[in-house]
Amino acid sequence: MTKNIKISINGIPIEVEQGTTILDAARQAGVIIPSLCYHKDLCIAGNCRVCVVEIAGQKRLAAACATPCEEEMEILTNSLNVLHSRKQIIELLLSEHNADCTSCFKNGSCELQKLASDYKILKQDFIRLVPFKNYTIDKFSPSIIKDDSKCIRCQRCVRTCAELQGINALTVAYKGDQMKITTFFEKPINDVVCSTCGQCINHCPTGALVERNYIEKVWDAIADKSKHVIVQTAPAVRVGLGEELGFGPGERVTGKMVTALKRLGFDAVMDTDFTADLTIMEEGTELLTRLKSVLVDHDPKVKLPMATSCSPGWIKYIEHLFPDFLDHLSTCKSPQQMFGALAKTYYAKARNLDPEKIISVSIMPCTAKKFEAARPEMHDSGYRDVDYVLTTRELAIMIKQAGLDFMKLDDSHFDRLMGESTGAAVIFGATGGVMEAALRTVYELVTGREIPFKNLNITPVRGMEGVKEASVKIENPLEEWTFLDGVELKCAVAHGLVNAHKIMELIRLGKADYHFVEIMACPGGCLGGGGQPIPTSPEIRKKRAEAIYAEDEGMPLRKSHQNPEIIKIYKDFLDHPLSEKSHHLLHTHYVARERF
Amino acid sequence: MTASYQLKRADFIFKNENDWEQVLQKSISRSPQDLINELISSELKGRGGAGFPTGLKWKLTAEVSDSVKYVICNADEGEPGTFKDREILSMVPYKVLTGMAVCAHVIGAKEGYIYLRGEYFFLLPELNKSIREFEYYCKEINLDFTIRIFMGSGAYICGEETALFESMEGKRGEPRNKPPYPSNYGYMGKPTVINNVETLAHTFTIFKYGAKRFYDLGVQYSRGSKLFSVSGDTPKPGIYELELGMSLADFVEEFGDGDTKAVQVGGASGFLVPRKRFNETAIGFQGKLVGISLPTGGSMMLFNSSRSMFNVLDNYLEFFREESCGQCTPCRVGCQQLLKGIKAVKRGEKNAKYLDKLLRLTETMKLTAKCGLGQSVANSFSSIVENFREEMIY
Repeated sequence: MTKNIKISINGIPIEVEQGTTILDAARQAGVIIPSLCYHKDLCIAGNCRVCVVEIAGQKRLAAACATPCEEEMEILTNSLNVLHSRKQIIELLLSEHNADCTSCFKNGSCELQKLASDYKILKQDFIRLVPFKNYTIDKFSPSIIKDDSKCIRCQRCVRTCAELQGINALTVAYKGDQMKITTFFEKPINDVVCSTCGQCINHCPTGALVERNYIEKVWDAIADKSKHVIVQTAPAVRVGLGEELGFGPGERVTGKMVTALKRLGFDAVMDTDFTADLTIMEEGTELLTRLKSVLVDHDPKVKLPMATSCSPGWIKYIEHLFPDFLDHLSTCKSPQQMFGALAKTYYAKARNLDPEKIISVSIMPCTAKKFEAARPEMHDSGYRDVDYVLTTRELAIMIKQAGLDFMKLDDSHFDRLMGESTGAAVIFGATGGVMEAALRTVYELVTGREIPFKNLNITPVRGMEGVKEASVKIENPLEEWTFLDGVELKCAVAHGLVNAHKIMELIRLGKADYHFVEIMACPGGCLGGGGQPIPTSPEIRKKRAEAIYAEDEGMPLRKSHQNPEIIKIYKDFLDHPLSEKSHHLLHTHYVARERF
Repeated sequence: MTASYQLKRADFIFKNENDWEQVLQKSISRSPQDLINELISSELKGRGGAGFPTGLKWKLTAEVSDSVKYVICNADEGEPGTFKDREILSMVPYKVLTGMAVCAHVIGAKEGYIYLRGEYFFLLPELNKSIREFEYYCKEINLDFTIRIFMGSGAYICGEETALFESMEGKRGEPRNKPPYPSNYGYMGKPTVINNVETLAHTFTIFKYGAKRFYDLGVQYSRGSKLFSVSGDTPKPGIYELELGMSLADFVEEFGDGDTKAVQVGGASGFLVPRKRFNETAIGFQGKLVGISLPTGGSMMLFNSSRSMFNVLDNYLEFFREESCGQCTPCRVGCQQLLKGIKAVKRGEKNAKYLDKLLRLTETMKLTAKCGLGQSVANSFSSIVENFREEMIY
């Protein structure tokens, strides 16, 4: 049992668990100590010094985030000494920061700006340091823009890249006034191991790291009457968007989002969930084909476990760090890219539209999707399959620009043809969701029976544990699948690339006896994606996940193969999963990339 | 001025002693508790500059139970104006190695490291030879203790003990948050004693001659002798072993050139003392010696009236602008502001009152910087600007 200790904060006595930091203790006591380098997802750095407090009997001030409470400690969070020092530290940060706030993408959502406002730094007479440094903005990546002149060296991005993703694409270089956050040999972020997941953006307190935004391009396309602009929305967007527009975390705003997109002027509002269901059909069939090749034909060229390929951050990661294992990836495109390829073929044909006139936009919780859409392979429709990718945040900006009172919007439905989906598709947005959706369909395809989990909820693959394992025993399969009789289908699920690494190491060492693994680049899966609303934290992600599963339970159909539009597309266009047409439009290949 | 504040020479560190084997053997036959008590009663304080009681440091580390502990000799001598450790390691390495081995015996460590300043690579061949010979002897007397050298790469900040650990662990040399302290969580997260080269050499003296011999030198709160690196405007620059507690006036009398305007005590991170305060300033640790007492790692830089204090300060700040590790705001940005600030005042771009804003900034830096170095980088600024304000402006 943990011991409680007695301390006082600003004269008010409080009891806290031993080991509690002053910052957390103060929050328990209802005192908010401002902080910058502190983030709930990350280890303690204690380097911005904004959270300094006075401890009775100590000559120097202590960083509240990094100092554990001790018995009888008397803490002052607002003494004159603290206020003066804190204000001066904010002034120092501002003197080194390109405070060109009105032309910054983060204007209004910058943590440094908020501190400057809270502490009313009205006279900035320290010498402006930005003009003395040769800053260049790294704009080469289709996903991430890095502007060092706005960096406050809190190292949240560095810790994110190391601790959540295990990549270390961003690290600290040089010292003293030259100290900066940079990449291997200061190459552009697009030329290094960066997965483009955007978690650094999600954790950056200022405008130093932001997504490349395509808002104006999309407005231009909408305004262009000669274009037919269609939009797809990823599963996780509907449980995050509300946070940017007045709702608390975990609010489902699917219907309002569709209404908003229609009001923005999109010609058709459809759903990535449709292609998520399609992914299950293709990927599930691919898994069964692979199982047969390995278990029956003993084909050495076919690799198990098969890994999911929905998360473009994960794809870029494995291309850089495990290029010898690309055969393990499912050849299925991500739902976004399946949608893109179908939009300019299937949809164009059905609606009798010239595909050249179609602009295909996607709303994603993700910055890696911007990179994915720009991959040269993604032109299978004969055109660029997805023209513009917007993050959840960018969509929220467009909604605000259009003056829509989001909270008052009525609900509406997605447009037909590629707008219908099942509960299996919506859970793609949470870690374990693809696995659960695949198991619901694969088990039923093989046995003709529903998967034996109460209410179809496959709980072992749910939750926020870094690596989850599950197995399903197949008994009495249909005649076609007798080779699977008695096979224990072993699965693993990982989210956050630091956990992906654990699974890849097992595979590399030949110690992974899984058949199927699901890997998502971001913590919590897409709902914690790099394009989702800021801030993020374990609590916020948990609420978004609850919303995802509530959305699933509320759906009339919860298995991908039941989706009537999926049945229709196979009947009218694709023939069957893994058909020649699907291979052409819905599958892809991967490229080995360098490791620096 | 009472007699005890006079300058007195001492000769322990560099005294040629050929009996380190006996001192080692005798010491490790004693109990750790006995040795700790001896060290505590000598009142030896860390000679790197911070002045933490050495006996207490060993005691705290000895009390932590862990099967792996380390002894580290901090030879990252980087403070501008300090050059004593290099001499110790080249002249009397056995005293340092013996001190490390006794420390290992006291705390229960089997491995020791010398973190050697990158620029001291020329010491390597001889030092390695001494270590091989020393380890050979350890084996002979069944003392399980090995010493390895870890070369620094020239960053000043790596002299800060926790940055030094990070550097040894292959990481970027940045100070850690404290607590935890090295006695609990040091190199590789293990209980670690880290001592300055000179401190370890003094333990040799104490274990050989007994605590009293050491304690009888110096004055209250500042016992024993200390090496001073004397440089600047002096007819006799060099390394001198002197008893602690002398007044600065006495020191200047001995080492000055007759025109000493100010003395920088403790290197770039230390304090500048102007002529008018020589009489009331003593060299030693806390406690009222005369008027002001200044601890030091031993750097004594003398300046005569031909020197511009603006240039002196400008030089120090240039050093810190580059050598701050850059992680914490007060040190990284503070150093840049102080440097750019005095230049702006000198050029008339900022008025003289701006110096007061900068002095307030030095207070913030002292109060809030993450590590001991960050907290002391502004010492030279405040002491020079307060005493030579007119030289900053005109």
